Amino acid sequence: MSDAITFSLNGKDVVAKPGETIWQVATREGVEIPHLCYSPEPGYRADGNCRACMVEIEGERVLAASCIRKPAPGMKVQTASERAKFSRKMVFEMLVADQPKRDVAHDKGSKFWNWADKVGVDDSRFEARACPSPDPSHPAMSVNLDACIQCNLCVRACREVQVNDVIGMAYRGHGAKIVFDQDDPMGGSTCVACGECVQACPTGALMPATVMDKNGVGDTRVDRTVDSVCPYCGVGCQIRFHIKDEKIRYVTGLPGPANENRLCVKGRFGFDYVHHKHRLTVPLIRKDGVGKNADMEVDPANPFTHFREATWEEALDRAAAGLKTIRDRDGSNALAGFGSAKGSNEEAYLVQKLVRVGFGTNNVDHCTRLCHASSVAALMEGIGSGAVTAPFTACKDSEVIVVIGANPTNNHPVAATFFKQAAKRGATLIVMDPRGQALKRHATHMLQFKPGGDVSMLNAIMNVIVTEGLYDTQYIQAHTEGFEQLKAHLADYPPEKMADVCGIDAETLRTVARKFARAKSAIVFWGMGVSQHIHGTDNARCLISLVMMCGHVGRPGTGLHPLRGQNNVQGASDAGLIPMVLPDYQSVENADLRAKYEKVWGAKIDSKKGLTVVEIVNAIHADAIKGMYIMGENPAMSDPDAHHARAALAKLEHLVVQDIFLTETAFHADVVLPSSAWPEKDGTVTNTNRQVQRGRVAVQPPGQARQDWWSIQEIARRLGLDWNYAGPADVFAEMKKVMHSLDNITWDRLAKENAVTYPCEAPDKPGKDIVFGDGYPTPSRRAKLVPAKIIAPAETPDAEYPMVLTTGRQLEHWHTGAITRRANVLDLLEPEAVACFSPDELAKRGIRGGERVRVQTRRGAIELMARADHAVPEGMIFIPFCYAEAAANMLTNPQLDPIGKIPEFKYCAAKFEKVVTVQAAE
Amino acid sequence: MKQDAKTAKKLGHPGSGRGRARPTTKGRQTDSTALNEVRALLGDRPRQPDLLIEFLHLIQDEYGHISAGHLAALAQEMRMAQTEVYEVATFYAHFDVVREGETPPPPLTIRVCDSLTCEMMGAAKLLSALPGKVGAKVRVVRAPCMGRCDKAPVAEVGHRHVENATVDSLVAAAKGDHHPEIPPYTDFAAYTKDGGYSLLKDCLAGKRKAEDLVKIMSDSTIRGLGGAGFPTGRKWGFVRGYPGPRLMAVNGDEGEPGTFKDRFYLEQDPHRVLEGMLVAAWVVEAEAVYFYLRDEYPGVREVLLKEIEKVRAAGLDKKTKIHLRRGAGAYICGEESAMIESIEGKRGLPRHRPPYVAEVGIFDRPTLVQNVETLFWVRDIVEKGPEWFATRGDGKRMHSYSVSGRVKKPGVVVAPAGTTAKQLIEKCGGMADGHKFKGYLPGGASGGILPASMGDEPIDFGTLEKHGCFIGSAAVVILSDKDDMKDVALNLMRFFEDESCGQCTPCRVGTEKAVKVMAKGKWDQGLLTELSRAMSDASICGLGQAASNPIKCVMKHFPEDLR
Repeated sequence: MSDAITFSLNGKDVVAKPGETIWQVATREGVEIPHLCYSPEPGYRADGNCRACMVEIEGERVLAASCIRKPAPGMKVQTASERAKFSRKMVFEMLVADQPKRDVAHDKGSKFWNWADKVGVDDSRFEARACPSPDPSHPAMSVNLDACIQCNLCVRACREVQVNDVIGMAYRGHGAKIVFDQDDPMGGSTCVACGECVQACPTGALMPATVMDKNGVGDTRVDRTVDSVCPYCGVGCQIRFHIKDEKIRYVTGLPGPANENRLCVKGRFGFDYVHHKHRLTVPLIRKDGVGKNADMEVDPANPFTHFREATWEEALDRAAAGLKTIRDRDGSNALAGFGSAKGSNEEAYLVQKLVRVGFGTNNVDHCTRLCHASSVAALMEGIGSGAVTAPFTACKDSEVIVVIGANPTNNHPVAATFFKQAAKRGATLIVMDPRGQALKRHATHMLQFKPGGDVSMLNAIMNVIVTEGLYDTQYIQAHTEGFEQLKAHLADYPPEKMADVCGIDAETLRTVARKFARAKSAIVFWGMGVSQHIHGTDNARCLISLVMMCGHVGRPGTGLHPLRGQNNVQGASDAGLIPMVLPDYQSVENADLRAKYEKVWGAKIDSKKGLTVVEIVNAIHADAIKGMYIMGENPAMSDPDAHHARAALAKLEHLVVQDIFLTETAFHADVVLPSSAWPEKDGTVTNTNRQVQRGRVAVQPPGQARQDWWSIQEIARRLGLDWNYAGPADVFAEMKKVMHSLDNITWDRLAKENAVTYPCEAPDKPGKDIVFGDGYPTPSRRAKLVPAKIIAPAETPDAEYPMVLTTGRQLEHWHTGAITRRANVLDLLEPEAVACFSPDELAKRGIRGGERVRVQTRRGAIELMARADHAVPEGMIFIPFCYAEAAANMLTNPQLDPIGKIPEFKYCAAKFEKVVTVQAAE
Repeated sequence: MKQDAKTAKKLGHPGSGRGRARPTTKGRQTDSTALNEVRALLGDRPRQPDLLIEFLHLIQDEYGHISAGHLAALAQEMRMAQTEVYEVATFYAHFDVVREGETPPPPLTIRVCDSLTCEMMGAAKLLSALPGKVGAKVRVVRAPCMGRCDKAPVAEVGHRHVENATVDSLVAAAKGDHHPEIPPYTDFAAYTKDGGYSLLKDCLAGKRKAEDLVKIMSDSTIRGLGGAGFPTGRKWGFVRGYPGPRLMAVNGDEGEPGTFKDRFYLEQDPHRVLEGMLVAAWVVEAEAVYFYLRDEYPGVREVLLKEIEKVRAAGLDKKTKIHLRRGAGAYICGEESAMIESIEGKRGLPRHRPPYVAEVGIFDRPTLVQNVETLFWVRDIVEKGPEWFATRGDGKRMHSYSVSGRVKKPGVVVAPAGTTAKQLIEKCGGMADGHKFKGYLPGGASGGILPASMGDEPIDFGTLEKHGCFIGSAAVVILSDKDDMKDVALNLMRFFEDESCGQCTPCRVGTEKAVKVMAKGKWDQGLLTELSRAMSDASICGLGQAASNPIKCVMKHFPEDLR
């Protein structure tokens, strides 16, 4: 502690750690100093503007703001001198003058009023200023600047913590005002509603709309809080539910390892779905004589046109009996099950165990097939592990950051904040995507390559690294195999030759290659834009080779990171919801590996790989599969060529759906089991960073809805299995017996620490964030470099279908929209289906944004609103797949990547035209 | 069964159906015409964020205002967020930001100075009478000190200043030339002929030693003449000591009401300032120097643009790149750290200290900041020797006092440091006819107010602090029996209220509340005393800390005016 600073605080000698401020030391010493513009939360720079934390330093002419001032050796600080207290009190009196009175405060429980109480100010002798009027334009947040004290925390929240850059402090002096963009209404601004400003605001000037009454009076104080994890994306933000009258009133971010308090619009404002009137509250059985077909629809608000209420006993009996009948009559492989990446690890584990042991087949899969199956295939082949080698927060130490085929500001918004922060501090951010995106503004290089041109672009970049000798010979020799073949292969891909193929000029490719290769640390992030192609595995192989040849693995700021989509797609995959492998990725085809599981489970496991998602659909059409159990997945919306998928679901002899809403998949069910939403359950989930985190019950499920683990167990028992888990903790304990990845991670430890990263070497040590510094879990301990050739997309534009259709997600909506479209704020922000086009493309066709278009492919056609979107290049249509009324997957091409078996969601040929409305009513 | 691809089926959905989707992505969309216009204005200038204010000037100059569409386009072109551009544009008084649906200002603006001296000389009458006389095509606005207090009242018509203005002269000026008037000055050729730049050339040729120059400056006893009075030689030494790369800034944002000496020197002999600047930059090995000139001096700007070009052509900038930066109407940017923020293209918010700008300045690099006048003397000090400067005023330093107010012949008075108010009145031809000396401001708006009874106090660094006052930039405003001290104090407080950056509570709210209390007639002295104490003790920068000096001084020295 040679840098420690000893100084005197209120007459007592205290020691400051390097970098600590007077406020921090005082707080550590138990000395309370008021503060308004200072937030001790991670990511908030002290700004020292409110002057509520002034202290007296002996020998100085004026007082000092303790939040920003660092002590010097021998300094004598008085926090409670008359002079310091006097100024602090006056500061409060000045501010109180302009505040709404406390009994009509926007937040009676605000930090401001709490401190005013402690300082002893409740009124002011000064005349108030003119009051800014309220801005109710945003559905999620209420803006009442009459309570604003210009403390600038929301600006720092928006600009420095989240880097969304919407809020500013405009004008000057006493006219200084918080503005959105150009003093626009918040609801009409570029605000992405992350709500960080609301969490930061100390006065109630920015409030969650849900805690305000119609007069603008509110209170953030609640009955109780519960700490959990966000159920939306793979980032895995830790959250706190604030509960009043047994309802989730609002949500705040916690300092989890992946989010450091930050949240996005879904995680902060997307939870009222749990209280939605469409929640399934009773078990349902399909009415006798009610048929099924691919086009059928059921009103989720009134399922009783097609279903009747049943007791749990009857519903479970019926569910299990249908499965048992098929198993016993047609054999185990006539059944299949889909688990969910939205449930817990324990639930995923139970589903795969039910299918493997109860059904007797490996036909179990989940939506990983639709997102990163190809990435995992390439990673398993290349480095023997499907998970990330480093957390996304590793980018803090990166010199170069590559984001390819991902749109993290929409799909991993909190991860994106770390990328943006890194770019802001000077890291080189290279974004590669055919579509523009919010990261473009922060990017050093934006490579908007031709759709499908990824392999040619990546090979060209690697060609430069090889021909210019920029590769890391030592690393390649020590840790890889196959470099010589790769090198030879790459000779055919000089940037000058590839420029036309990928649409990026040779000079840019060379520049990017040099920067990446020469960086001390570089990391690659990728998303569905890489994986959802018939050449998805090849794309990922290229990324692996690129990183390996430069030795960018296993050190701070380096790595390979496929940004996992769903909140628990990592955990569900780890838990074995994959047809080829058992928990912890052990091949079902290897008898030695199977033995361990067979022993623990007390049953034989089928030695053949099961079928994948799309293969299962095809197997139904081929009469091979007749019964299915689907928990928390919605293939009717998420599968490519959805009409074909729905026809398969309709064709099933027996379909059991376990869900919280009557999804498009459940339309075709024989039995529907009402289950619990994430805030209603205990369990663990594993995020994209390999961090295992604890979710906790915040509110109780509605009506007769039950815990998923319980329903799975009840079906298992009815299939003759002797299951007797008392709850998720028991399941977790069993998982630990078969999964080394959970070594040193216990249920109790998670209860205490909330998150532990795997692999973890000891019960009292943190897990390893960055792995593979010393070799790979492959048989040779080396990473395998696999060359990739250019494969054209399965369906390229032609005269009839001249456009490229690509699909994806929107910030506000999750996956198939079953949850988010029932969340009030998210529904209001993105209420209907849109197709995004380049404004020039629309202008060329005489279509204005807001007009309806018909988009058509060889699979089908949908009608929806056209949106002008500068991010979309000409010749491309982007459609989010979450809208049931215009389901993008009615259009997509079900062609699969031969290795990862992932469909080509990102590319098919399409055409569009303006819809001429003939008449309003039919 | 295959769905008929010709017809699209209407499907249900779980949304509420209450809303309608946006036809575009979120927020204001960039208009392609506006984008092309902005691109044309910017030309091939680098899209660096620190040039934002310069670019805003380009738009303001071209279109007479800055529209929301141009701001959005500029943001996109500079890869900045709209709010980053908007908050800067709205901070500075000289940018007219016009949002959609708002009426742009008329083509001509007359800015009437209503800071203390001009107000004493009749600014209020101009402000009330002018709008009716100039018509709807001319906008009349109040504006802070224009640095011509010796010719008060002053107004700026377009970019042309009218001194000793009357309603008639302004009406006439509105119909005339709106370009700045360029006074005669010593240009590059004349300055060089007189031995100018030989010192710099010696430096560049290695004939001088930086350490020697630091010592010369120290020996000369020259102190920063912008107001802070920090010993210049010591500052050069400090800055040289910090690890490079280093930068330099010239503070040409002379905004303290009553001060006009920097303009006085720049208008006569700009190269003397530029040579001093380049010598100082050479001493501290600054890679670049940013000359920050207030926008109220458009004539000086034209001169500097032209003359700096000649300096470049002569190769005298080979060690130090020269950037001329244009302020945009913000007194606070005279505060050195606020000026640095402005040079970086941001709002002019003073920074917290420590660290000091000498260590962490422009772009967080060690930065030498010097006032215009300080640099003006560099060549003379070196050529004539430090002794000359230290003793030239009756054995003392000399000060350039900007004297204005109730004297017969106001102007810059170069007199020995410690000259008294009474002596200055004497040097300015005595009190104006019909006026009796009542009091004076020894250091502009911030330096406090002293009564005539204290007219024999020497005005110098460190002499007036015991009276709650200071010399600052040596702007001495003489007040008379015709001046109500309450009005004087209110005028000064209004100035601070207008010019507060708004960053910290005591200054932002304090100045606003003080104005409210002071404007009420009888002062609530107890409340004002409490408020003043907190403002002085708890404000971030000198503006807020000094803003209450007039209140305190009036209560202390002019109690009779408060009855």
